[in-house]
Amino acid sequence: MAQIDTSPPAVVQPPARSGAGRFLLVFAPLAALLLIGVPLFLGGMPYWLNVVTNACLLSFGSLGVWLTFSIGRVNIAQGAFALIGGYTVGLLTTALGLSFWVALPLAGLFAAVIGFVIGWPLLRLRGIYFAMVTLSLTEAVRLVFLNIGNLGGAGSVTNIPTPPGIASPMDFYLFAAVLLLVGYAGIWRLQESRIGGVFRSMRQNEELAASIGIDVALYRAMAFTICCFMGGIAGGAFASLQQNVYPQTYTVSDSINFMLYCFLGGLEFVLGPIVGTFALVIAFELLRAIQEYQALLYGILMIVVMLFLPNGLLSLRRLLGGRE
Amino acid sequence: MEQILVNGAILAANYALIALGITLIFSIMNVLNFAHGQMFMFGGLIVYWTVAQLGLPYAVGLAMAAVAVGLIGMAFEVFFFRRVMRDSTREENTMLLAVGTALLLENAALSLFGEKQRGIPPIVTGVYRIGDAFLPANRALVFGISLVLIVAILLFVTYSKTGRAMRALAQDRTATLLMGVDTARISTLGFGLGAALAGIAGGLLITVSGVNAGIGTAISTKAFIMIMIGGAGVVSGALLGAVALGFIEAFGYAYLPGSLTYLMIFVALILFLLIRPQGIMGKPWG
Repeated sequence: MAQIDTSPPAVVQPPARSGAGRFLLVFAPLAALLLIGVPLFLGGMPYWLNVVTNACLLSFGSLGVWLTFSIGRVNIAQGAFALIGGYTVGLLTTALGLSFWVALPLAGLFAAVIGFVIGWPLLRLRGIYFAMVTLSLTEAVRLVFLNIGNLGGAGSVTNIPTPPGIASPMDFYLFAAVLLLVGYAGIWRLQESRIGGVFRSMRQNEELAASIGIDVALYRAMAFTICCFMGGIAGGAFASLQQNVYPQTYTVSDSINFMLYCFLGGLEFVLGPIVGTFALVIAFELLRAIQEYQALLYGILMIVVMLFLPNGLLSLRRLLGGRE
Repeated sequence: MEQILVNGAILAANYALIALGITLIFSIMNVLNFAHGQMFMFGGLIVYWTVAQLGLPYAVGLAMAAVAVGLIGMAFEVFFFRRVMRDSTREENTMLLAVGTALLLENAALSLFGEKQRGIPPIVTGVYRIGDAFLPANRALVFGISLVLIVAILLFVTYSKTGRAMRALAQDRTATLLMGVDTARISTLGFGLGAALAGIAGGLLITVSGVNAGIGTAISTKAFIMIMIGGAGVVSGALLGAVALGFIEAFGYAYLPGSLTYLMIFVALILFLLIRPQGIMGKPWG
C-alpha cells in the first residue's frame, strides 16, 4: 500500500521581508534620487530640469494606467482625463481666480467623477474592444474641447498663473517629485492591500472572481476612477507648468504613450511606469543630438525592448540575476 | 442629397479596403493592428514617390505600394509578432507590439519622406453628372478600383485554397495545424495581404486628398470605429462598418460644422457599444 507522504515539503523559505521593508528598499533610493540626486546634478540645467519635471508628472499619470493594467484592461484614455484636469485647473485659476492648491484636487476629483460615470458602463467591454473604445474616448474629449472653442467658448486657456508658493523651476520640480513619490507610495499600498489582490484576481479571471462574491463591477470602476483621478492631477499640474492648455495638449498619441510607459517599464512592478516613463522621456531627449533620425531610432529602440524584454525594463534584473 | 450619397459611397468603398485589411489580420492572427493607419500612410507615400519623384505611371506606383507594404507586413509577422506571440506571458503584449510597429513606421516615414502633406495630380480628369450630383472621374476610378479589389478579396478568401486555409485558421488554429496546413506560412500571407490592402487604400486616397506622415493614427482610429460598429474579426461586419461610417461621415460633413461630426460619431459609438458590445455581426468578446 502506497504511503501517503504528509510531511511538509522540504523547502527552505527565504526570510521574508516585511511589506514595509520591501517598500522602503525601493522607495528610499527613489526618494533620494528624486529629491537629492536630481536637484544636485540638474540644478544648473534648466532644460533638463524641465524634462525631469515633465517626466515626474507623466509618471504620475502612468501609475494610474498601471492600475488599470492590473485589472486586465488596456486603457488608452489617460490623455482624455489629463486634458480634463488641465482645463479644470486652467479655468478655475483664471476665470474663478481660485488658488492652484484648491484647483488641483478639484481637477482630480472632476476627472474621477467623469471617469466613474463613463467607466462604469464602458468597463463591461474587454480586450481589444476596451482598448479601442478608450482610444475613441481620448479623441472624443479632445473634440469636445475643440468644439467648445468653435462655438465661442474657451477653446484654450492661456496665462494660467504659477502656483502660489512656487517661485522657481526648481520649486516646481520638487513639487512634481513629491507628488510622484506620494503617488508611488499610494499605489504600492493599494496593490499590497486586499483590494490589490482583488484587482489581480480580476485580471486572471473576472467570472471566477465574481463567483467568489467579488463585486467585479464596483472594483473595476474603482481602479478606473483612481486612474482618472491621477490623470486629472497630472494634467492639471502640467497645465500650470506650461501655463496654458489647448485641445491639442493631449491627443491619442499621448494616451498611447502613457500605456507604453507602463508596459516598457514592466507591468509586474509598481515601479514599472516610473522607470518606463523616465527611460523613454530621457532617451527621446538624448536622441535629439542626432536630429533627423531621432524619431526613427526611438521607434527602433522601443521595438528592440519589446522583443528582448517582453516583460519590461525591470525584468532585466531578473534576467541578469537568473531565476528567482 | 444625391451628392451626399455619392460622396458616402466613395468613402465607404475606400474605408472597406481598410476595414477588410484590419479584419483579415485580426481574425487570422488575433492581433489588433495598430499600425494599419501607418501602413495606409506608407502606401500613399510610396505612390507619391514612384509617381511624382520617379515619374513612373500610376499603376506601377499602386502595385509598388501594395507589394512594398505587403512585404513590410510579412516582415513584421515573421520577425516581430511570431516571436512575441510565442514568448509573451500576457495577452496585451501583441497589442503593445503593434503600437510599437506603428510608431516605427510613422518615424520611418518622417525620416524618409518628411512631414509635408504629399499629393499627386488626379489620374483622370473630367466630371460625371449623376442627377444633381457631381462625380469627378478620378473619384469614380478610385471607387471602381476599390470595388473590384473588394470583390476579388472576397472571392479569394471564399474559394481559393489559401483563402480557405485563412478562414480555417481564424476559426481554430490547432485544428488547422492538424489538417496539415502550414499555419506559419498562412499567417505570414494573411498579415501581408491585410497590410497590402492598407497600402492600396492609401495609394488610392493620395490621388484624392493627399497623405502626410502624421495621418496614421487618425486612419487607425477610423478602422477601429468600423470594426467596433461591425464586429471585430468578421468580414461582413467590416464591410457593414465601412458602409455605415462612410455614409454617416458624408451626411455629417454636409449638415454639421467641421469637427462636430466625429464628436457625434464617437458619442453614438459609445452608446451603441453599451447596448451591443460585440458590434452588429461580432461574436461576444471577439
